[in-house]
Amino acid sequence: MAELKGWRDIPIGGMILEAGNAVEYPTGTWRAFRPVFGEAKCIHCFTCWLYCPDSSILVDPENEKMLGFDLEHCKGCGICASVCPVNAKVRREAGEELARDDPRLCIRMVEEGKFQE
Amino acid sequence: MSKFEALTGNDAVATAMRQINPDVVAAYPITPQTSTVQKFSEFVADGLVDTEFVTVESEHSAMSACVGASAAGARVMTATSANGLALMWEIVYIAASNRLPIVMSLVNRALSAPINIHCDHSDVMGMRDSGWIILFSENAQEAYDNIIQAVRIAEHPDVLLPVAVCQDGFITSHGMERVEIYEDEDVRAFIGEYRPQWSILDVDHPKTYGPLDFYDYYYEHKRQQVEAMKNAHRVIQEVAEEFNRKFNRNYGLFEAYRLDDAEVAVVVVNSTAGTAKVVVDQLRAEGLKVGLLKPRVFRPFPAKELVDALRHLKAVAVMDRSISFGSMGNAGPLFLELAAAMALHGVHIPMADYVFGLGGRDILPSEIESVYRDMLRAAETGQVERMVTYLSVRE
Ligand code: SF4
Ligand code: SF4
Repeated sequence: MAELKGWRDIPIGGMILEAGNAVEYPTGTWRAFRPVFGEAKCIHCFTCWLYCPDSSILVDPENEKMLGFDLEHCKGCGICASVCPVNAKVRREAGEELARDDPRLCIRMVEEGKFQE
Repeated sequence: MSKFEALTGNDAVATAMRQINPDVVAAYPITPQTSTVQKFSEFVADGLVDTEFVTVESEHSAMSACVGASAAGARVMTATSANGLALMWEIVYIAASNRLPIVMSLVNRALSAPINIHCDHSDVMGMRDSGWIILFSENAQEAYDNIIQAVRIAEHPDVLLPVAVCQDGFITSHGMERVEIYEDEDVRAFIGEYRPQWSILDVDHPKTYGPLDFYDYYYEHKRQQVEAMKNAHRVIQEVAEEFNRKFNRNYGLFEAYRLDDAEVAVVVVNSTAGTAKVVVDQLRAEGLKVGLLKPRVFRPFPAKELVDALRHLKAVAVMDRSISFGSMGNAGPLFLELAAAMALHGVHIPMADYVFGLGGRDILPSEIESVYRDMLRAAETGQVERMVTYLSVRE
């Protein structure tokens, strides 16, 4: 967290005058669920990257690879898991309802309290 | 050359708006403000202004459109009354907190319920803590002059706050008076061109208005609003001085009428001050030392100056056209704040509040005279009979 400034030293009205400084605000602490890779292989389609509202999908653009999650900023909304086409395929083929943290998924949403490395 | 026209208060404000030629006006019609925007929409239709006139579906949308346009860097105006202002509520605070110099003509009307379209000050008193600058106008001339000055006050770089200019519903808004209308060029020269410092449309310098602001910075932004209000106290007087020089007027924080050698006085805003002046003259003719203080600036509240203007008196009556229900003595807001200011500045003279005119109830010269006579008695005895009187309500 950047050092906090006094009222004379910040823009008026809560205005943000620098573009892209949301990165300085670590919103990852708000998370109740954590996105984690499961057993199903990622096909690097970038759908999750496109939909993530917090720009928290880490990618390697050169090699067109989805690398993982920026947990400093990810708020755990689960949008990546719900738009992932591999997740959709796994769910359809399972023939049963899958919990959101089912290990067979590509992106699983695991409760922070239950998460283990 | 200026010229004199027979205009209602609403037409006078619409004329000021034509001369100001704002970039955007967003407003919804509500009695008794309606004829302002009706007249202004004629100016738009006739091509006399370049304004983008946004006809919205509610006052909440009107103020929202004003906020968006002002953040985009436009010079923005609106007009409303009573329940319309109440419907704007959420965005009224946002306009002030986002530091957007919007100018509003507020034609004072009683808030529902029961529904009533006539004058009192319950609407504006509800917004007194919202962060807007609030000016009162005795008549159509003052409404016109205040609107012009409001643009300069709001847009001053040390202020950047929205301004509401009040006039009394129907009494002023629909009463036709002789109003001096200045040359268009003179008004435009006075207000100058608006150069917004932080326009959203300045795409080379991207910025965000109204982001999430938590415990770590929200408080600092409120402290900035305090500073802007403090600055407004100075800027309002500077703008008035320049206006007075240019247009030969006499605006300040308040008007003192036969107050210097008075022993008792009434403090009252808007049109009733005009009636009270007649009463002052009548009582003066009887040799009674009575005077009047008419606040023009209510926010920021010029406590010290008001106290200094009143400290020589032997009794002071405040006349409030609204009630702060459940407050000390169920008094009116003007009395409560002025009484606190007097006490905290060490001035202890008998003071009483007279609530009057709710929902457009007429206030007669004889009633104002009774207030003066009460105060003359209080000056003799050193105390008031009642702290709060509900003038002319039937028992
Ligand atoms: S959980 Fe939400 S915020 Fe986190 S990476 Fe997925 S889409 Fe982005
Ligand atoms: S949406 Fe699923 S498959 Fe596509 S890149 Fe993201 S994690 Fe991989």
